[in-house]
Amino acid sequence: MAQRQRKYPLADKMDRDALLKMYRQLLLIRRFEERSAQQYSLQKIAGFCHLYIGQEAVAVGVEWAMRPDDYLVTAYRDHGQVLARGTPPGPVMAEMFGKATGVAKGKGGSMHLYDVSRHMYGGWGIVGAQIPLALGMAYASKYKGEDRVTVCLFGEAAVNQGAFHEALNMAALWKVPAVFICENNRYGMGTPIAVSSAVTEVYRRASAYDIPGEQCDGMDALDTMEVVHRAVERARAGEGPTLIEAKTYRFRGHSMSDPAVYRTREEVERERKNDPIPRLAKYIQGRKLATEDELEKIDQEVQAEVEEAIRFADDSPWPEPSELYTDVYVDPIWPEKVHA
Amino acid sequence: MRELTFREALNEALDEELARDENVFLMGEEVGAYNGAYKVSRGLLDKYGPKRVIDSPISELGFVGLGVGAAMMGLRPIIEVMTFNFAMLALDQVANTAAKMMYMSGGALSCPIVIRGPNGAAHSLAAQHSQWFEAQYAYFPGLKVIVPGTPYDAKGLLKAAVRDPDPCIFMESETMYAWKGMVPEGEYVLPIGKGDIKREGKDCTIVAWGRALRIALEGAELLAKEGIDCEVVDPRTIRPLDEEIIVNSVRKTGACVVLEEGWPYFNVGAQISDIVQRACFDVLDSPVIRVTGADVPMPYSMALEKLARPSPESVVAGVKVALNVRS
Repeated sequence: MAQRQRKYPLADKMDRDALLKMYRQLLLIRRFEERSAQQYSLQKIAGFCHLYIGQEAVAVGVEWAMRPDDYLVTAYRDHGQVLARGTPPGPVMAEMFGKATGVAKGKGGSMHLYDVSRHMYGGWGIVGAQIPLALGMAYASKYKGEDRVTVCLFGEAAVNQGAFHEALNMAALWKVPAVFICENNRYGMGTPIAVSSAVTEVYRRASAYDIPGEQCDGMDALDTMEVVHRAVERARAGEGPTLIEAKTYRFRGHSMSDPAVYRTREEVERERKNDPIPRLAKYIQGRKLATEDELEKIDQEVQAEVEEAIRFADDSPWPEPSELYTDVYVDPIWPEKVHA
Repeated sequence: MRELTFREALNEALDEELARDENVFLMGEEVGAYNGAYKVSRGLLDKYGPKRVIDSPISELGFVGLGVGAAMMGLRPIIEVMTFNFAMLALDQVANTAAKMMYMSGGALSCPIVIRGPNGAAHSLAAQHSQWFEAQYAYFPGLKVIVPGTPYDAKGLLKAAVRDPDPCIFMESETMYAWKGMVPEGEYVLPIGKGDIKREGKDCTIVAWGRALRIALEGAELLAKEGIDCEVVDPRTIRPLDEEIIVNSVRKTGACVVLEEGWPYFNVGAQISDIVQRACFDVLDSPVIRVTGADVPMPYSMALEKLARPSPESVVAGVKVALNVRS
């Protein structure tokens, strides 16, 4: 990324409460994910579990760039986004535990987290498939005359899917109010981007659709917020979609089953120096808005909140067997009717 | 009642539903300015304008996905695929997204979309343009699959599909668009999941849907000349399947032939045969007989193509096997 002078016009106007709230969100995701990893090892969380540790600044920066009633949709690495939208961690953890109190009644799991009341539309498991979906969501907003923007997140491997190309072409053609954000964490599972992509600077692909392409520092929540906010407001003004490349890094493997041996220890250590949490702390302290102790206290509170989420998930009931055949159809048909 | 072509009946259904609900829009390749690759949407762009009738690029995965996303947000998209052969490119959005979003979200999301277009073979279009896909879609829980065989059913069921809260796959046929049938004046909606007896009879049940319905009825006429009285049952929708109407008919006749133009392995007829043999084991005097297309990619040559497709004569032969009648 070009060494441009980092400026934070939006953040500089944020007050102490707002910045501490942002800091709390980053920490909540971090602590939630750390404890998720432990719960996975205890086999309370099953299946695939893709942790967001390292990438928190993207979800949080995006959240602060959007309006609460704008729409968000993402892929299967979705814990951070749903927490950033404000869904309480209890029902999210309960979903990952497969419990009835989960955000999807235990039917979706880690990869399929939804909270329609907070305009979070998942949580999708097929690489790139949420991009045409986001196109349709934004198309619907334009059709209805809403001034809402759809923000779509995906990994850098998704841009090699036809779904990406098809959706961006139509999004540009019809100027739908969407922002497409590639979370470039540099590895599609174990494959480095240079091995999979002819163009490794993802934002440059925007030129193929004649839309703006921008990069942001996905390890910096404030920079992400600045860049995404411009794109969101451009979309809201009817000027069409933007492609943003958020350069980020996951500190853990692709999923819980991946020890990430394809990366060197040195590389990971180097990236850890970019940890988004201390970076935001530094900005806050630079503005003398909070002391070290105050930030530490937030961490303690967040850890207690995550403990409470685990307790909630542990104490929650399993779904009733009768739930097996519900939610297949709005208007139930065989075999739902037979088995209900 | 007046006589309409299948095409006109579908056009009326689209027209009426576009007029009824602002949230309904029609999107697909050539649906607007070109009036539809098969002219099903003739006149609709002029009447409703480019907001409601939208020409899409040739991007099946993309525009079907657009429809799925728009439906998730409460619109009522009708997505036309030029043929279901091309819709395979969009199968991920249909099978992985539309069919599963309600379940995976614990009921928070739903997808009231209609995906429609011609299914099956026309004439001499060769292997890639001559395939039947109803079994493929019916396999996925979460989808509804509608395959009408008459203009009357087509109109009433397409209107039902547009109003249905779940994702509906609606299958037509290129060769049927010019077929005529009686259609009443004014609005009507038919129930999804209810079959129809297209010909009453007492000796043998023939189950057929879509374009194959006509083959079944022609076969039944040939058999009638030989004194064999067949009942032709049209399930009209493949999922949900009206098992009751099929089973009741077989319990009356004691014999069953399932006609299907698609391939024989793992098709809809296999499922129907399973249902019938379990529900009617005590009344069947012979196994359920399946008359199908040949188990080969469709050949181009007209000399070979006719060998690959079921005909009224193959229905006659199938019924005679089911009834243990010598030809």
